[in-house]
Amino acid sequence: MKPVAAIVFKDIAIEYKNKEAFSSMVLFGLLVVVVFSFAFEGSDRKALAPGMLWVAYSFAGILGLNRSLSMETDNDCLQGLLLSPMSRGDLYLGKVGGNLAFTMLAELVILPFFVILNNLAFDTSLIWIAGITLLGTLGFVAIGTTLSLISAQTRMKEVMLPVLQIPMTFPVILSAVQATSLVMSGDSSGVAFPLSLLGIFSTVYITASYFVFEYIVEE
Amino acid sequence: MRTRILGIASGAGIAVALYFALIYAPTEQTMGVLQRVFYFHLPQAILSYIAAFMVGFGSLMYLATRDLKWDRFAYCNAELGVLFTATTLITGMIWGRLAWNTWWAGDARTNLELILGLLYVGYLMLRGYLPEREKRARLSTVFGFLAVLDVPINYGAIYWWDTQHPKPVLGPRGGGADPDIKLAIYVSLITFTIVYAWLLTKRLGVARIEDEVGELEAAVETA
Amino acid sequence: MAPETLALDSKEIGKKFGYSYAVRNVSLQVRRGEFVVLFGSNGAGKTTFLKVAATLMRPTSGTLAVEGFDIGSQPEEARRRIGFLSHNTFVYRDLSPLDNLKFFCRLYGVKDSEERLLGILERVDLKARATEPVRAFSRGMQQRVGIARALLHDPSLILLDEPYTGLDARAAQTLNGILDEAVAAGKTVVLTTHDLDQGLRAATRAIILDRGTVVLDSPARGPGIREAYTRYIHQGDGR
Repeated sequence: MKPVAAIVFKDIAIEYKNKEAFSSMVLFGLLVVVVFSFAFEGSDRKALAPGMLWVAYSFAGILGLNRSLSMETDNDCLQGLLLSPMSRGDLYLGKVGGNLAFTMLAELVILPFFVILNNLAFDTSLIWIAGITLLGTLGFVAIGTTLSLISAQTRMKEVMLPVLQIPMTFPVILSAVQATSLVMSGDSSGVAFPLSLLGIFSTVYITASYFVFEYIVEE
Repeated sequence: MRTRILGIASGAGIAVALYFALIYAPTEQTMGVLQRVFYFHLPQAILSYIAAFMVGFGSLMYLATRDLKWDRFAYCNAELGVLFTATTLITGMIWGRLAWNTWWAGDARTNLELILGLLYVGYLMLRGYLPEREKRARLSTVFGFLAVLDVPINYGAIYWWDTQHPKPVLGPRGGGADPDIKLAIYVSLITFTIVYAWLLTKRLGVARIEDEVGELEAAVETA
Repeated sequence: MAPETLALDSKEIGKKFGYSYAVRNVSLQVRRGEFVVLFGSNGAGKTTFLKVAATLMRPTSGTLAVEGFDIGSQPEEARRRIGFLSHNTFVYRDLSPLDNLKFFCRLYGVKDSEERLLGILERVDLKARATEPVRAFSRGMQQRVGIARALLHDPSLILLDEPYTGLDARAAQTLNGILDEAVAAGKTVVLTTHDLDQGLRAATRAIILDRGTVVLDSPARGPGIREAYTRYIHQGDGR
């Protein structure tokens, strides 16, 4: 098994055993969705719904990133990974893979609750939404994994992550919200631009992070 | 010496620019006296973006050479970036409030400027929580580089978003092709660039001394 | 005669953290089969040097080669041959020792057959608890898992950074046994410790670092080591 895959499976295995990240992400995401649906009671739900969903995803995502990181800072396990022959870039890819897996899973669990609480329909648009979620999450996690390793080394530790992550992922959230909104209103034609922007974001940041990751982890 | 020349040039430049902006340039047809804020608003906006590319450049150079002078270059430009972003937003808001009674235009340009400001603030905050010199340089330059990559992507996202949600244009506008107005704009641009250069030079000087003091303290401790 | 490959060859290694040097101009040649003990007070640079050698830290200046592989240009090859143990075990507490070892096998590209791994766990006296999560283990037991992790890819250079810290007598004994076997098999060991006697137990060579530079480098049974140790290793002033 290649080292990158080994890291992904290891992250999934640990998560499967303790379910710390997954449960806190799902719970937090659901809370956000519930609070928003009360707060926006009566207003134009349909218009606000995509934004609501992605705010919930963002907050849950940050929780997940922090938990994934604490898996490696506990017992200094990151050093164990750095000692192995794999390149630092591959280490980054492994962590992105693990983060993507359980963040996506949490988001797919949150989605049906979101549909129900907002009285939306369970139709084919959900497949589109799942696809947008995948692409958006990829970008989110691509930069988030990098930023979580940067913030972990500061005095503020995990608290630093949202400060850096939220402005950086602004284009991701913007594009994902717009694409979701288009799909929900039935007009899937304009979806090409935001999706390609999400693709560009992911490509740029996965590539950039792959090469600068060694500067983050090696003192 | 260089700083003094720049300082004098800045002072003179501001006086000249004020003359051009407030007296020389004709009052604009449609927008009236208020339009004059544009002579300050535009150069500040442009420089807030130039600062970003300087941060990115300095960050990359540090990662390549590990010479702290590039890290100093990056963060001094980031500080100026915050300054110029703030003044851009404030002049924009003043105009918006006085002309259209809206504090926040919420259009592409404004949002982009705000996100840029947040990125600068994030960068400086990151530095603030990294007490060890080398780690501070290394991690903030990585973030600086990644953040600057975001600027063109943000541009694409926000301007496209705007095409989906057309809004009346509420920011201060240039005022067309009147040659006098154009001249005033150029004068203002040059002046603000000189002011930027002056502030940067002064700030870099202070930063260098801070690092020198650090080196001396370390040398004394180990002696 | 062709020059023999050195286990560790450092030339003028320097490591600067911001304004001050932790390690300054350390040139050291360690031949295969040597057992080197590195002494030094806190802040002398022992951990920093070891981490540079293990490629966990990038040196500010100088070059270092492990088994002939330069850590700057061929770090992956160097890492394959290094086993590093610190007082942190680097194992995942939610997984069992067996799952931990399987994971590390995949990282190093060595066979992860259960048979072999159980054999390794047996050597560190943990075969009976091979499938329990490490979280439930005592400190000594966790360190034994760490030892297994550090050695499972059969490294030729073993670097240990204060490995006896917090170890119970049994785990320390197991560690000593493993190190003795390793040296007998031709492996090289570099060990840092605060404890003079423990360090000199099996060492062939003793080195003292003070403020980032080498101040003593002599055979382990050589004269003057004790005086030098007392002189350089300031007790409790934290330098």
